[in-house]
Amino acid sequence: MSLDYKPLFVCKRFFRTGIFSVLMLLVVSLSATAEDFYPFDNDDDRERFLRFSHELRCPQCKSQNLAGSDADVAEDLKRELHRLITEKQTDQEIVEFMVSRYGEFVLYKPQFKSNTYLLWLLPFALFLLGVLVFVFVILKRQPDDDDE
Amino acid sequence: MNRLALFIPLALFVCFAIIVWQVKGSDPEAVPSALLGRAVPAFNMPMVKDAEKLVSEKDLVVDGHALINMWATWCGPCRIEHPYLVSLAESGVAIFGVNGKDDLDAARKWLAEKGDPYQFSVFDIEGRLGLDMGVTGYPETFLIGQDGKILHKRVGIMDERIWVRDFLPIIEKL
Repeated sequence: MSLDYKPLFVCKRFFRTGIFSVLMLLVVSLSATAEDFYPFDNDDDRERFLRFSHELRCPQCKSQNLAGSDADVAEDLKRELHRLITEKQTDQEIVEFMVSRYGEFVLYKPQFKSNTYLLWLLPFALFLLGVLVFVFVILKRQPDDDDE
Repeated sequence: MNRLALFIPLALFVCFAIIVWQVKGSDPEAVPSALLGRAVPAFNMPMVKDAEKLVSEKDLVVDGHALINMWATWCGPCRIEHPYLVSLAESGVAIFGVNGKDDLDAARKWLAEKGDPYQFSVFDIEGRLGLDMGVTGYPETFLIGQDGKILHKRVGIMDERIWVRDFLPIIEKL
């Protein structure tokens, strides 16, 4: 039994240190992308860049955002994003720039429009439905309990 | 009444199944192009053949229909589709080229060696026109109509199968 236990212990330790170093690498690489390749002269702009590069989807590697993608087009769009932000364009203008070229597909946070009402409102509707069902069940059960 | 309520979970399941079925049937690679039905974006850039001469969207003279092909010498798939573009041009299809983020000498050498299927090629050194046209990678081929509006976009290699399946039906309806 003790023989079985020891490798497991080593394995666990390995994973623990492994996960830690991967996390450390992620932290280091994230700050490196923002600082080195796309310099900004103030923190507000830097923050906007980070926010947009996380909210915009890479048109080529569809399950990644701009921040996480090395695709050619993602690099181009990050460069454009940097330009738009240093030119002090508003959020609305930046979104319009991206959508007019790549469609609403690029927005990980879809706009609130006629064809996205369902998407935005369904969770609340379902939550409301759940509350109603819950209340309904409780109200119905109460008299039964009294009877018993 | 209470018995009917028992069917609610089943009804929900059926709704959910229908949604999943539809999502499953759609092509995950397909990206709706934002430019369909819109005019080619404005540009003013040199030509590959003669870098002294600037061309703009007004130089895309279309007789019936034409193609705009985004290409580059650094793009592997472009090498594969090039012979087909040459044969399309020989059969009378007007093709305009947009050479993206490339080296001028390499682009000229490519055209000299492999044949030039293009009416002219725009030298888009920064890839700005490509970006304005919503290009996700090279090659891409756009079909434009008489009025210069974009009718269809092909992402990836152009070949006989794609031409017959996707382009010809649209052209026949023009």
